[in-house]
Amino acid sequence: MRLTYPTNIKIIRVPCTGKVDLLHILKAFEKGADGVYAVGCMEGDCHYTSGNFRARKRIEQAKKILDTVGVGGERVEMFNMASSEGPMFAEVAVNMVERIKELGPNPIKLQNKKAA
Amino acid sequence: MIVADKKPIEEIIEDIKNHEKVLVLGCNECVTVCEAGGKKEVGILASALRMYFLNQGKEMKIDEKTLERQCDHEYLEEIRNIIDQYDAVVSIACGVGVQFMAEKYHSTPVYPGVNTCFMGATEERGLWTERCQGCGQCILSRTGGICPVSRCAKRVMNGPCGGSSKGMCEINKELVCAWQLIVERLKALDRFEEYEDLSPIKDWSTDRAGGPRKVVREDVQP
Repeated sequence: MRLTYPTNIKIIRVPCTGKVDLLHILKAFEKGADGVYAVGCMEGDCHYTSGNFRARKRIEQAKKILDTVGVGGERVEMFNMASSEGPMFAEVAVNMVERIKELGPNPIKLQNKKAA
Repeated sequence: MIVADKKPIEEIIEDIKNHEKVLVLGCNECVTVCEAGGKKEVGILASALRMYFLNQGKEMKIDEKTLERQCDHEYLEEIRNIIDQYDAVVSIACGVGVQFMAEKYHSTPVYPGVNTCFMGATEERGLWTERCQGCGQCILSRTGGICPVSRCAKRVMNGPCGGSSKGMCEINKELVCAWQLIVERLKALDRFEEYEDLSPIKDWSTDRAGGPRKVVREDVQP
């Protein structure tokens, strides 16, 4: 297929999206990430039964917190797809990068730069 | 255990907004189990607060620490040498921890980061329910191990009130009548005849009616 997706995405591999903790997401923003999204297996297809449902809940928690602190909940998202869906992976990556570019840089990163 | 629930971040922000150096202090005991005030919640709250104030352009030092317990001198002593670095503490221990902290460190304001709710059990992850109100005169031996003080809305002592319908309480259709549970339990234990025994008038002076309480144990005192 030789599909391409934006190069500004850093992939962090985890054994299951259930491993993704709320703290991981928040720390990413504290350290200056402009957006974070989790890509898990299709709902009902989790190898560990409910890992992707847990991840979705944590993404929702992160959205609420980021809205409260003024970073913006729309910078986090959860997607579900099968491992065979390469084209969708690339499409989601493009869409997410577009969304984040519209939102602009993470305000925390800007403030950190100002302070430095 | 003591069950607590997280306070909205907005409320905590309002409390500490005029401070500059804040310590978020967790507790490794009950509030860790009910996922409201343990090490992880300290991390989440501190991270959210740091981002909020940074975003507001306000310079804030927000540090994290979690003690084994906040209701014992020996563990609270662990912050004695660092407490002067902060001008406020957000304690996400239960109300006991917050108060003991405030008593011990007079000059540092302490703000609660959780709402302390009750003494209860973890029925399942994310569901905690009340089991004890610490009335000071346990009667569980007579009621089949089910407490009418904490689980009956009216705290009645001799069978259900008129509001018990089909085993449920009148204040909430999802709330099981404690006396229904007691009757079923006594039957299962083959002790149903004890249901007929009248409970003596309960001495509420050991409950909150007698004011703040204390337990004095000279046998274990140093």
